[in-house]
Amino acid sequence: MKSLETDVIVIGGGATGSGVLRDAAMRGYRAILVERVDLGQGTTGRFHGLLHSGGRYVVTDPRSATECAQETAILSKIAADAVEQTGGLFVTTPADDPEYADKFAAACLATDVPVQEIAVAEALRREPRLNPKISRAFAVNDGSVDAWKLIWGNVHSAMEYGAQVLTYHWVTQVLRDGDRVCGVVCRDDVHGGEVRIDADFVINAGGVWAGQIADMAGCPDVQVVPGRGVMIAMNHRLVNTVVNRCDPPGDGDIIVPIHTVCVIGTTDTKVDSPDDLPIPRDEVQQMLDAGEVLVPGFRQSRALHAWAGARPLVKDTRVAADDTRHMSRGMAAFDHLERDGVRGFLTISGGKATTFRLMAQVVVDQMCEQRGDTRPCRTGDEVMPTAREGRNYTVGHRLADREGDRLDDPLICECELVTRSMIEEHLTETPTASFDDIRRQMRLGMGPCQGGFCSMRATGIGHEIGALDAARANDRLRLFLTNRWIGLHTILHGDQVHQTVLDKWIFDGTLDVEHLPQAQEAGQ
Amino acid sequence: MNDEMRASLDHCVKCTVCEAHCPVAAVTPLFPGPKYVGPQGERFRESGTSVDISLDYCSGCGICTHVCPQDVKIAEINAQARHEMKSRKGISVRDRLISRPMVTGRLSAPVAPIANAVLRNGLARRALSATLRIHRKAPLPASARMTLRRWLRGRTQAPAKRGTIVYFHGCAANFYEVETGRMTIEVLEHLGYRVLTPKQGCCGLPLQSNGLFDDARQHVHSLVSALDGAGHGLPIVASSTSCGLMLKREAHEILGMEDATLASVGARTFDICEFLLDLHDHGELPLDLAPIEMTIPYHAPCQLRGHGIGTPAVELMKLIPGVTVVESNAACCGVAGTYGLKREKYDIAMAVGAPLFNMVRDMHPPLAVCDSETCRWQIATATGVETVHPIALIHRAYGLS
Repeated sequence: MKSLETDVIVIGGGATGSGVLRDAAMRGYRAILVERVDLGQGTTGRFHGLLHSGGRYVVTDPRSATECAQETAILSKIAADAVEQTGGLFVTTPADDPEYADKFAAACLATDVPVQEIAVAEALRREPRLNPKISRAFAVNDGSVDAWKLIWGNVHSAMEYGAQVLTYHWVTQVLRDGDRVCGVVCRDDVHGGEVRIDADFVINAGGVWAGQIADMAGCPDVQVVPGRGVMIAMNHRLVNTVVNRCDPPGDGDIIVPIHTVCVIGTTDTKVDSPDDLPIPRDEVQQMLDAGEVLVPGFRQSRALHAWAGARPLVKDTRVAADDTRHMSRGMAAFDHLERDGVRGFLTISGGKATTFRLMAQVVVDQMCEQRGDTRPCRTGDEVMPTAREGRNYTVGHRLADREGDRLDDPLICECELVTRSMIEEHLTETPTASFDDIRRQMRLGMGPCQGGFCSMRATGIGHEIGALDAARANDRLRLFLTNRWIGLHTILHGDQVHQTVLDKWIFDGTLDVEHLPQAQEAGQ
Repeated sequence: MNDEMRASLDHCVKCTVCEAHCPVAAVTPLFPGPKYVGPQGERFRESGTSVDISLDYCSGCGICTHVCPQDVKIAEINAQARHEMKSRKGISVRDRLISRPMVTGRLSAPVAPIANAVLRNGLARRALSATLRIHRKAPLPASARMTLRRWLRGRTQAPAKRGTIVYFHGCAANFYEVETGRMTIEVLEHLGYRVLTPKQGCCGLPLQSNGLFDDARQHVHSLVSALDGAGHGLPIVASSTSCGLMLKREAHEILGMEDATLASVGARTFDICEFLLDLHDHGELPLDLAPIEMTIPYHAPCQLRGHGIGTPAVELMKLIPGVTVVESNAACCGVAGTYGLKREKYDIAMAVGAPLFNMVRDMHPPLAVCDSETCRWQIATATGVETVHPIALIHRAYGLS
């Protein structure tokens, strides 16, 4: 068994885990992050991409609202490349409570969430597809954020401080030495074998899986209930501003423009397992209907892909129930020394992507306290290496990039403007990467054709540069198509049917992918 | 952007049929192709920003929209994106000038011999190329000594035997190719129509294709009032394929105009060949056509496809005994209105038109025929073969010339 040694192990490669890694590394700790699959494959990679102005919480959760407003301002600077400053609108549609708007405006003032009421005509000028029957409109500082870029920003920053990241490392044991947690054992799902990592501290940032990890450490009853939310990405940006219903928080009350698409979200259903998230057709219909309230014609627009994410809803009877400070933030930090008498182990869960940096700060502060160190948090002051150009993301940036290189670098994914060299570089560096890993890096296959044209090209490139033999290349292709299909079959109506049929002709009819030789690689 | 056009990008299945048919992408890598700049690029565009200058290499021929099996309004999306780009980056003096045929026509008509001599002068053309970036070999039309409107002033109309028609002659027939206008009127009068020619201006198409949408809309607005004012509900006949298409479709689809008069005028606008063939289909076209022994190359201009009326000129010419029509089956002559005049695009336009030019030259014909004026000038300049509107043959076969 391979073994490693470090100061802190962070379990979980979502926004929170990567934020904890960065925070710990910046405070001078040697840190290793372990993630059971790819970075951002869990909840962080499955939300609608909203960077909260705080507006959504001003009435129901004022403290969260203020924190969101502060964190959004910080993230727009330290992770500029991941954030698009779209701005947001809260609009009162005919389906909303007209009384709420005044409550909303007052609560924004009370919580320091910047807001400005604008004329309905001005809102419609900014967003011409918006329901013309809206009666009030408020401009707020909502933005959208690429969760994957945010995670890699954290990771690259942490690496500059010496941190390490091990993806596809599945924690099978949390090691104990008496009342102290002293490391973990992971299964390496890419190269095989086991890895033992010794450390004086383990931080559980397992999100919706945090309860399972706490169990392994002998700290039972950390109850994280998965709240499944269904979201749908539409083929193009029907709005360029985040548009919210000015109504108490509810299902399908927001459309977020992110990259080339816009996302309607979300539903909220408690489910048993975070690893089994169906996408019920009635919830898909519910989202399309909800979109219609904000943007008439939404139902007829082309839906590209549906997916479900699992919110971590923390329910803890012994500590968190009276820990109102943390519950009010929507985040839950468990001090297992206080709660279970176990040293060297902390759990952070709940919360939202917008406040991940603050969650990391809270839990790393707790670690410092337990260790008796005085090392202040600096994550809010230092720009991530990926954001040093200081420019926020804009939707046109790839089109501008291709303007410069399109004659020399062929397009592989035409929908999302991914070039051959982007894929080649990634596969050369990480030959084990699945096409979904590449997708999370560069949006391969996330556009209208949903991998119909780019996946076979990427397969060919992987084989051509020697990263994959023929059978493995086939497996990667099939796995990618299978995973795309999960998000397609429930939204098949209108234009996406034409696309899917064409894709099927290509893969089944022409390439006969089902019957190509298989390598029987370890699946994901 | 006109939402109806942008929304059509949802229909794209990336099949690439448009790219395979694009005559510009086939000859130059400078244009990334209609799918790239159209339904694909549009997803990356946000109102108020413009990052892809290569879009300007679209000639606007419209073949992409015509061939799209999914009904994506590709050319229309591109035209609107180009307008956005131009309104941000600014529009050159050249583009402002060549998009106003009425202004250039009015300026040069009174001094036609001088203007024409200047345009034929190599030195002057070099100067034009250096200052305004209009290619020195580009097909600029010669000004007529007498405009169509001046010719109309001095004549008396034949009495009407079968109804009244409004003639939309456009700028070309007024200032440059007066023959086409005169022959159209004479053929219609020969058939017994009373032809009204209300005072009329430019349809705004060159402005539109150079990204000057606001000016273009004003022109459309004045034009449709003038045509409608001649007599509400009367059929309108156009001898310019592209200007007729402006009224039928493009003012609505590209300029986004929702004007009741435009809708009414557009619905009763007919291409002259479409109109005559329709008479024939109803058995109302006299067939006393004198034989013309001639084998003629015919090129259907790109804009004709936009009409969705097939190739009525071919059907009509075939009615003339002795005429053999050989269709070019070429995609495009390259000029696309004003595209091929521009110094930076001239070579592309010539490469686009090369198969057509070769076909025409190889036939050594006495005449070539094409419905659209800028295409005729392009074909004539490139091949040296006199190129006429189909009405010229009909006119001759009826013994009118």
